[in-house]
Amino acid sequence: MSTSLPPMSQRGFLRWLWRQLTSMKTALILLFLLAIVSIPGSYFPQRGTNPILVDQWIADYPTLGPILDSIGLFDVFGSPWYSAVYILLFISLIGCVVPRLGVHWSAMRSQPPPAPKNLSRLGGNSFEVEGESEAVIADARAILKKQHWRTVVGQDPDGSRWVSAEKGYLRETGNLVFHFSLILILVGVAVGGLFGWRGNVIVREGEGFSNTLTQYDAWGGGRLSSAENLPEFSFTLESFNVEFERGNSQEGAPRLFEATMVVDRPGEEGSTTHLVEVNEPLVIDSAKVFLVGHGYAPHLIVRDSKGQVVLDDAVVFLPQDGNFTSTGVIKVPDSDPQLGFRGLFLPTSAITEELGPHSIFPAPDDVSVFLGAWSGNLGLDSGISQSVYTLNVDDMTQLGLESLRVGQSWQLPEGAGSIELTGFERWASFQIASDPGKELALVASILAIAGLSLSLFIQRRRVWVKVGPVIEQGSSSRDKVGRVKVEVAGIAKASGHDAIEQVDNIVETLKGQGA
Amino acid sequence: MDFMNSVQLADASNNFVYASMVILFLATISFSVSFAAGRRRVSPVEVSSRRVLVEPSGSQVHEPDVALTQLDPGRRAANIGMSLTWLATGMLLIGVVLRGVWAGRVPWGNMYEFSISSALGILVVFLVWSTQRDLRWLGLFVTIPTLLTLGMAVTVLYTESAQLVPALKSYWLVIHVFAAIIGGGAFTVGAATAGLSLISGKGWFKQLPPREKLEGLTHKVIAFSFPIWTFAVVAGAIWAENAWGRYWGWDPKETWAFITWVIFAAYLHARSTAGWKHQKASVIAIVGWVAFLVNYFGVNIFINSLHSYAGM
Repeated sequence: MSTSLPPMSQRGFLRWLWRQLTSMKTALILLFLLAIVSIPGSYFPQRGTNPILVDQWIADYPTLGPILDSIGLFDVFGSPWYSAVYILLFISLIGCVVPRLGVHWSAMRSQPPPAPKNLSRLGGNSFEVEGESEAVIADARAILKKQHWRTVVGQDPDGSRWVSAEKGYLRETGNLVFHFSLILILVGVAVGGLFGWRGNVIVREGEGFSNTLTQYDAWGGGRLSSAENLPEFSFTLESFNVEFERGNSQEGAPRLFEATMVVDRPGEEGSTTHLVEVNEPLVIDSAKVFLVGHGYAPHLIVRDSKGQVVLDDAVVFLPQDGNFTSTGVIKVPDSDPQLGFRGLFLPTSAITEELGPHSIFPAPDDVSVFLGAWSGNLGLDSGISQSVYTLNVDDMTQLGLESLRVGQSWQLPEGAGSIELTGFERWASFQIASDPGKELALVASILAIAGLSLSLFIQRRRVWVKVGPVIEQGSSSRDKVGRVKVEVAGIAKASGHDAIEQVDNIVETLKGQGA
Repeated sequence: MDFMNSVQLADASNNFVYASMVILFLATISFSVSFAAGRRRVSPVEVSSRRVLVEPSGSQVHEPDVALTQLDPGRRAANIGMSLTWLATGMLLIGVVLRGVWAGRVPWGNMYEFSISSALGILVVFLVWSTQRDLRWLGLFVTIPTLLTLGMAVTVLYTESAQLVPALKSYWLVIHVFAAIIGGGAFTVGAATAGLSLISGKGWFKQLPPREKLEGLTHKVIAFSFPIWTFAVVAGAIWAENAWGRYWGWDPKETWAFITWVIFAAYLHARSTAGWKHQKASVIAIVGWVAFLVNYFGVNIFINSLHSYAGM
């Protein structure tokens, strides 16, 4: 703190602060900050995109995890410090470009400034042509106007006439369009964030879905989005077709996903059938239905100790690796005592000492399930909601482990019942989303690229043509055409550029006309 | 396509890539010879200054005698280097095209293919630019990173051709990746001129164009690539919206594309900020290029990303 300076008034301080914030150097520093604070968002798993990985990370690092979580490293792009950087950057941007808007507006309507006195200092070209100075200046102006320069003519005290020309106003126009488009993109993102919504749902083959909140496995919407007024439609996943690479290279990589869907919309008679693929979403009003994943659901029949069927269903298992080694849980609350299973579904089975049972190919070439059975209390009545993918075995005792192939069944120990693998179904997961801000963001992005290109490729240049008084001829005849000295010079406003080409061009044309 | 035919195509593609590497290596040697010879030259190799000064009297100051410079062994080596670079680029182009024919699609389905295409991108940007101005002095510093890229491609990243994963089956692959390859190629050339601007005038590097000239060239090439990169990012966002249901999701690849964009935006701002125009701006250009590399190698290999589709 310097005490020797006079005390700054509050207004003065605010003005100083504003000038600092809107200075180019501050913009530079904020841009660096924005780049740096983005980095952790690429390294740590993010809640918005991968909540399961985040939980995994925190579980793996019980001391470090919660600390990183509390400072927002698992939600970098929604954290206060990230927001602070980009909000400051945008304030700086607005503060910088709004005043330039006025400056540019008046520049667009003003005339080029008068020619400097000494053109030879600017590396001017000088030559002589026949003619009167007025006529030469008129010629020069006509040439410049033809080349779309903005021109003004004048006369120096020593009698030299000049034309001053300027070109490239679109450079600043493009620059301003670019920066304002960035603001528009941010508005588009904000509109999407406030009014948009997105939900995920897993649908088994043959199963249906109707677009209401309760049908979603997960749903998230912006603060101003309405979960009650989702567009009305329903669909059935008629079939799901998937193919995998069987060649040597990239073996097991997916080659085709195809969901055949029968869609019903209100006000439309009958259903329509659509093929939904990864890059081919289904568009229904303001919503889009994207195919985002798929997996297997083993079909199991569980019988209780009396031989009564207590479960006969395909249970969704979640893939854990590229070969679709999948895990899942089967809960049977209707048997007494209750039964629970933890299972592993292997589309193409293999067992090694190192990895245990796992799948070696994603297609169902050699299907089996590995099951661990428990009996006791599933804990479903505790009031705490449970995930369908986890089994709480606190009040249960393990009965044993068994592997099953299709058609096989396992008589549970202690006469607890039996479980049979009758087959499997496929399921597909869909993301259904609506983003009312995306069109604005797209238009703004296109504007931004257009503005950027103008601002980088157009050069602002000034050229001057100066014509001296008639040089005295020996014969001094009035009818005889005199000679005049012509000087042409030019500059480019941006560093690293020049106006040599433009000057050369004008010189050539003028010389050509004079001859 | 029958099996034999496909094997022949694969071999042909690989052979053209190898041949272009050998020729590019020879080009690098030629440029090195030129560089070593240039140490003795006192005056810097003047670039781009096609300007003929006209004195007020009207008499022209002549450019240096062309015949004289052609005798310079360094110049001759550089000319040979340029010719070899053209040849290597042609070979690489054939290699990339054959790879595409073999795969029956654009050859940008995995890291190997993207790397050989990026190497081609760097060379094309350099050569096209070299038709505008004398860039022989830059040859050495462009062929070396290109050779490194190709070397990494054929050793570490090589994969047999295969079909695309469903997520890549879109015409946006062509648009988005093409823009990324050209933008990245130009960023690489820009990083070379930026790096040279930092050492120009010192020791061996006295023969290079002066610092301001190199800074101006860096600015030009980045001003060219920045809108292209912006377009690549926007095209990627449109594609992402179509494939994944959101146009921007802070996937690591998107995040690093954004970081790269922000750093080059900072570069352009630095170029018009007092006190930042020169060395600092050049350093920013190099940092931006490093971010581009992180996005390409780092994200594909080390980070779990939606873009980690590419077979290695």
